[in-house]
Amino acid sequence: MSIDYSQKIPNNVNLASNKTLQRALEHWQPAFLDWWGEMGPDKSTTADVYLRTAVSAEPQGWAHFDYVRMPDYRWGIFLAPAEEGRKINFGEHMGQPAWQEVPGEYRSTLRRIIVTQGDTEPASVEQQRHLGLTAPSMYDLRNLFQVNVEEGRHLWAMVYLLHAHFGRDGREEGEALLERRSGDADNPRILTAFNEKTPDWLSFFMFTFITDRDGKYQLAALAESGFDPLSRTCRFMLTEEAHHLFVGEQGVARIIQRTCEVMANEKTDDPVRLRALGVIDLPTLQKYLNFHYSVTSDLYGAEVSSNAASYYTNGLKGRFNEAKLEDDHRLDSENYSILDVVDGKIVERQVSALTVLNERLRDDWVKDVQAGVSRWNKVPEKYGIPFRFTLPHKGFNRKIGIFADLHVSPDGRVISEAEWQARVADWMPTAEDRAFVQSLMGRVIEPGKFANWIAPPSRGINNQPVDFEYVRFN
Amino acid sequence: MITYDTDPSRYAHWRLSCDGPVATLTLDIQEDRGIQPGYKLKLNSYDLGVDMELHDAVQRIRFEHPEVKTVVITSGKTRMFCSGANIYMLGLSTHAWKVNFCKFTNETRNGLEDTSEHSGLKFLAALNGATAGGGYELALACDEIAMIDDRSTTVSLPEVPLLGVLPGTGGLTRLVDKRHMRRDLADVFCTTSDGVRAARAQEWKLVDHIARPQQFDELVRARALELAQQSDRPGGKGVALTPLARQADESGYRYGHVEVAIDRAARVATLTVSAPAGPQPQSAEEILAAGAAWWPLAMARELDDAILMLRTNDLDIGLWQIRTRGDLDAVLAADATMAQHKDHWFVRETIGMLRRTLRRLDVSSRSLYAVIDEGSCFGGLFLELALAADRSYMLQLDDAGKTPKLAVSPANLGLYPMNNGLSRLATRFSGDEAPLAAVVAAAGKPLDAAAAEALGLVTFAPDALDWNEELRIAIEERTALSPDALTGMEASLRFAGGETMDTRIFGRLTAWQNWIFNRPNAVGETGALKVYGSGAKAKFNWERV
Repeated sequence: MSIDYSQKIPNNVNLASNKTLQRALEHWQPAFLDWWGEMGPDKSTTADVYLRTAVSAEPQGWAHFDYVRMPDYRWGIFLAPAEEGRKINFGEHMGQPAWQEVPGEYRSTLRRIIVTQGDTEPASVEQQRHLGLTAPSMYDLRNLFQVNVEEGRHLWAMVYLLHAHFGRDGREEGEALLERRSGDADNPRILTAFNEKTPDWLSFFMFTFITDRDGKYQLAALAESGFDPLSRTCRFMLTEEAHHLFVGEQGVARIIQRTCEVMANEKTDDPVRLRALGVIDLPTLQKYLNFHYSVTSDLYGAEVSSNAASYYTNGLKGRFNEAKLEDDHRLDSENYSILDVVDGKIVERQVSALTVLNERLRDDWVKDVQAGVSRWNKVPEKYGIPFRFTLPHKGFNRKIGIFADLHVSPDGRVISEAEWQARVADWMPTAEDRAFVQSLMGRVIEPGKFANWIAPPSRGINNQPVDFEYVRFN
Repeated sequence: MITYDTDPSRYAHWRLSCDGPVATLTLDIQEDRGIQPGYKLKLNSYDLGVDMELHDAVQRIRFEHPEVKTVVITSGKTRMFCSGANIYMLGLSTHAWKVNFCKFTNETRNGLEDTSEHSGLKFLAALNGATAGGGYELALACDEIAMIDDRSTTVSLPEVPLLGVLPGTGGLTRLVDKRHMRRDLADVFCTTSDGVRAARAQEWKLVDHIARPQQFDELVRARALELAQQSDRPGGKGVALTPLARQADESGYRYGHVEVAIDRAARVATLTVSAPAGPQPQSAEEILAAGAAWWPLAMARELDDAILMLRTNDLDIGLWQIRTRGDLDAVLAADATMAQHKDHWFVRETIGMLRRTLRRLDVSSRSLYAVIDEGSCFGGLFLELALAADRSYMLQLDDAGKTPKLAVSPANLGLYPMNNGLSRLATRFSGDEAPLAAVVAAAGKPLDAAAAEALGLVTFAPDALDWNEELRIAIEERTALSPDALTGMEASLRFAGGETMDTRIFGRLTAWQNWIFNRPNAVGETGALKVYGSGAKAKFNWERV
């Protein structure tokens, strides 16, 4: 094997000196490239894409921009710089030095956490692989590819941990991450939401705004881990995740802006008329929001979770911003308020905080999503349009947890099956809505041109102009 | 008061559907319908109520569906087969409740294997999602295990690493004894809380067949039909298991052929079982027409229910006196009728029911005294009750015509083997051939107390003068002893002879699991079982005992 992986793979983990890891990656990298060829962005291999590549973990090093063909993207292995004397910040082991090696006692649990997180990374690449064919602009196409290569890098990050710390089992799990396929009934990805289709660009923007934000909160909780390599890996991944959230939030905001422009110009809020004019009416956008929000909410799992509790106590997965929270970081006697359903009524209930950490993380995420939605609402406000986007109730359209067996309206009423059936088309995208959105999808790739249903961004990437040639087709 | 009454129209957790030779039992647990308050049956986890339904469903397939040759056990949930016994339920339960629960679930699982062996009803576990702990142990009790291979579903026995207890329904024993898994691999498997996915599960002999999700139903269907080929169940009209007519109150339980009188102050129950009265069906057609009212089946169901009721509801009733009433010849005639038609499916199932009921008696943690008094009829099948007892008292009267008699019949020579695979007579004499031969030679003859005592069939043979006092003192003496010591002593003495998988399962359950269930490392304030789900970490006393 003549490839110098320490050169080919940018890294700050001293890859050149770690023979075991090098050998493992020599086996894994060709399989990864095969997977990328098979499941990565469709018909993209010959294009030169203006991409950001992380070449070091320092602030100036992780945003290096240049044209690159995606199969040649230098997927690197970066851990956030080590914190001298880092301690475990919560749980039973609080105050002890953070682990540099996997504690045997937690080996299988950590492996499962890493595999579950790792599995979402290639899954989203697979979900999005056909979107390049219907990009609304060259700018957006570049953003899609940026998201895709960075999800690929996040897979590398997780596989690095598996290879470096979990021996043979870790290598097998690394291979299995390349073998599962999103949406394949025989061989699905682990989490249900990652087997759903991302059929159009509105879904893509909603996904990056909402579902990647779940990723942010999961990574943030793992960044608190007492297992230091996991913590450092996740901290660096968070810097990249921020861009994905930006792509989603700004993408939807530009759709809203375009619709509002047409509404203001034509002085109409009639969805039929707006659709005829080739833009997506605001109620339809609200329905997509409802769908993605509720499906993603399920990713946090059941409100009450013994797994989450033991992850916390064992120092494996903390809370969002754990180190900044002011309490005992053990939660032996703390309470936390959750929603529950008693005799068909939704009530608040105080429960042991330790047992509802999933719910707490979900709440942190809800606040963050709400902040983004509030920013969206500035757009219709600016145009003098009274429409405002709102998040549906937590219990709306849930398949996991306390609300799983109930129907809850977006405004938080427990409703009958009949009412649900009668109203669901008002709340969730119908086949007709989806077909309409799909009908707008067509490829726009001249620099500076944008599809009719989406406004241009106010500025380009890396201070380049909006009409910059972000993708060169060869 | 807990009862075991249910029927398919009342099941909360299982669905039974029959399609020709294949019945499907689908586990779809309603989490809010636990039998006790305080926990939710999440992730298809079970409690005693769920297992009562399983037991009932299997009984109905045995008797009501003679056309069924294979039972497929699968799940109605998505990506979740069964996660075993509910941990919060175990955490909340008293020790006695846990032990009784484990005993019943073990009997039900052993019953699947018993039925496969003796009645040709085959069981196929179709693991269509995550399978953990007791869920996998249920699969282990089946003839074959098929598992879905979606690259993420696992089978596991996580009790040791996650809960600090053991798999409680024979899992450890069946891995090495039944599935011939290598002990070192079993050691790895039983300490890996995550378990293993399909490919390795097959490689390690944890499952027999694996298939991708798209092919899984087809595989299950094909295996079910293949297993059905091994069955000789004939089809035809089944026998409806009509509800038991039970009168229950503080003083005991009363059925048609069985009566339980409870003396709560003395902590003694008297079980009285009655012989058939009047003309009995002779031909197979008549027997089938009698159905659930046929005396051997009706009596077996009542006795089985009485044992379960006493075990579950009357924990402090530590001594069961077993008495019989009726005509000795009538019992022997019933034996003869069953022997004549033993190959008829319904008679075969009834014998199976009797065999399992007698075994339930054998493993009941109560002192058993057989009282062979005037009016009793301990012959053949009923003699098994006396032989199951820890000791027996037989009244000797001077009047040869009136003195109670018992009789050995061919039914005592192997028709109702114990869990150790031996008849109660063979177990009694424990390899000593001469006294067993003498008893066999006496088969068919009514024996009075002196003769029975001489043959070693009864423990004591008091005369009329001593009878009441002997019995009173024996009972008072017994009920004064430590109930724990008695449970251990009785179980140790009851099962002489070689070990079988069943005896190993029960022996290890009672010895190891029940020991661990009592240890602070499991149930102390910081024990693994106690803190499970709270998020707190178990604190162990590291001393190895």
